[in-house]
Amino acid sequence: MISKEEVKHTAKLARLSLSEKEIKKMQKELSFILDYIEKLKEIDVSDVKPTSHSIEMENVWRKDELNLELKTKNKKLLDLSPETKDGYLKVKSILE
Amino acid sequence: MELTDFSIKEIHKGLKEKSFSALELCRAYLNKIRREDKELSCYLTVTEELALLQAKKIDDLISQGKEISLLSGIPCALKDNILLEDVKCTAGSKILENYIAPYDATVVKKLKKEGVVFLGKTNPDEFAMGSSTENSAFFTTKNPHDKKRVPGGSSGGSAAAVAANLCSFALGSDTGGSIRQPASFCGIAGLKPTYGAVSRYGLIALASSLDQIGPLAKTVEDAKIVFDAIKGKDSLDSTSLTLNVKPYTLNFKSLKIGVPKEYFVKGMDKEVEEIIKKAMKKFEELGVKIKEISLPHSQYALPCYYIIVPSEASANLARYDGIKYGYSEIKNPSAQIQNLLDVYLKSREKGFGDEVRRRIILGTYALSSGYYDAYYLRAQKVKTLIKEDFEKAFEKVDLIFAPTSPTPAFLLGEKTMDPLSMYLSDIFTVPVNLAGLPAISIPCGQVQNFLPSHPKYGGGGLPVGLQIIGKPFGEEEIFQTALFFEKNVQ
Repeated sequence: MISKEEVKHTAKLARLSLSEKEIKKMQKELSFILDYIEKLKEIDVSDVKPTSHSIEMENVWRKDELNLELKTKNKKLLDLSPETKDGYLKVKSILE
Repeated sequence: MELTDFSIKEIHKGLKEKSFSALELCRAYLNKIRREDKELSCYLTVTEELALLQAKKIDDLISQGKEISLLSGIPCALKDNILLEDVKCTAGSKILENYIAPYDATVVKKLKKEGVVFLGKTNPDEFAMGSSTENSAFFTTKNPHDKKRVPGGSSGGSAAAVAANLCSFALGSDTGGSIRQPASFCGIAGLKPTYGAVSRYGLIALASSLDQIGPLAKTVEDAKIVFDAIKGKDSLDSTSLTLNVKPYTLNFKSLKIGVPKEYFVKGMDKEVEEIIKKAMKKFEELGVKIKEISLPHSQYALPCYYIIVPSEASANLARYDGIKYGYSEIKNPSAQIQNLLDVYLKSREKGFGDEVRRRIILGTYALSSGYYDAYYLRAQKVKTLIKEDFEKAFEKVDLIFAPTSPTPAFLLGEKTMDPLSMYLSDIFTVPVNLAGLPAISIPCGQVQNFLPSHPKYGGGGLPVGLQIIGKPFGEEEIFQTALFFEKNVQ
């Protein structure tokens, strides 16, 4: 069973705040799912290479060119943000 | 027969012969949505103005005597995780409740070029996490065959809209079965293309190494027409690829079809099993060779998937931070925001639903320091084994037949309390995504519904889907076999 502290620590890493009630619920549900996932430990994978993308590809390159179409979207993208200043996203200061 | 019953080719013929106009067709669909969607809840947004404008343009072209493409004037619906410029795109989440798409997805751009008419955006599970649309933050879509049942998911709104003739075709996305399972539950055709066959640019990401966009359609022919229009390499998605498939005709007398023995074990609905076996028998009678194959690592596909998807999702969903776009608590005085961390914590707390939080935590846990090798890396290695199972099978057979889901549509609320039982609904579809393969679900029969039938939608049975799995880029073989089935077996 995953501990309460582990759930709290993971939630902090994920930037999610959870209520006490939710932490308890999550503890139970995650343990259930993690037990199920444990099944993978039955297989010996020591000689197996990992697959990230199932369809193999070479590196994909593109020219480093200015895309004017994307540039004109800048305003539209900035308008989606709750706070901007001088064409930048505004955030709370992180240094005192 | 109503206008909304027509297939794509029938509509095309009707438009060209001026039996009806694109505007009339569009209005017929919009009226039907107005009348019937209150009960079914397929649509989150109906883009009436845009649709009428697009339809009028097609009529203008026709009256000018200009050639129109096969898809011109065809009314379609988009799963609400695919961006349509200047239209709301929620991904079924509160965190994107007021998000207006700033650009078109590549698939949308391609369909616009063909003259497709957009009726609206359909209801998904939140961020496509689910198998029933019950995880949508807004409402649950109902199955047109029985409104007490789920339409499947996560592309449930799209599947139900196609099945109830509330659009001619729809697009969905499939990460572990999200096109095929709802297609099966709603009795329509749904294709999950080869990974990379269709650009993912403008699709709101769930698990980037598995996500694919694909068509949900009334017939196999319609699905093929739509797939041909949206496929291909796109410079905006570096994992997209060109399909170099020369046209050819399958010879069914020499076709070999494999049936994985691991897919017919416990947990499967008896009636579903019978229907699938009956369909295969009919193929045999038509001279197609069916043989048993083995995919020995099948039992590990689902646990593998439930490491990979939450891990990738937890990274993909980190972007919803209350800063760039989407729901934010930054200006809410009662939230008492003190610092940057508060903005993250409070915006995400309010914005995300239960299943999304569960997967973010699970994924963050699996990727966190000390656990990466035990979980994500191990899952990627198991993914290799699953992929190799299919490669070995395809040395002996051309295609694989399997059920799409172990049961027909389940009841609303039946599985919401137990996440694991919901996950099991995708047990036959998940391995296909892990291997990157293309697969279609087509209707192959109905099981008896123990609840009273709904007179409007007739039959009273619940559809069962047959899944046809192909080699990478084997869409053509899949379509020809599915068409053969539609013509000779159904």
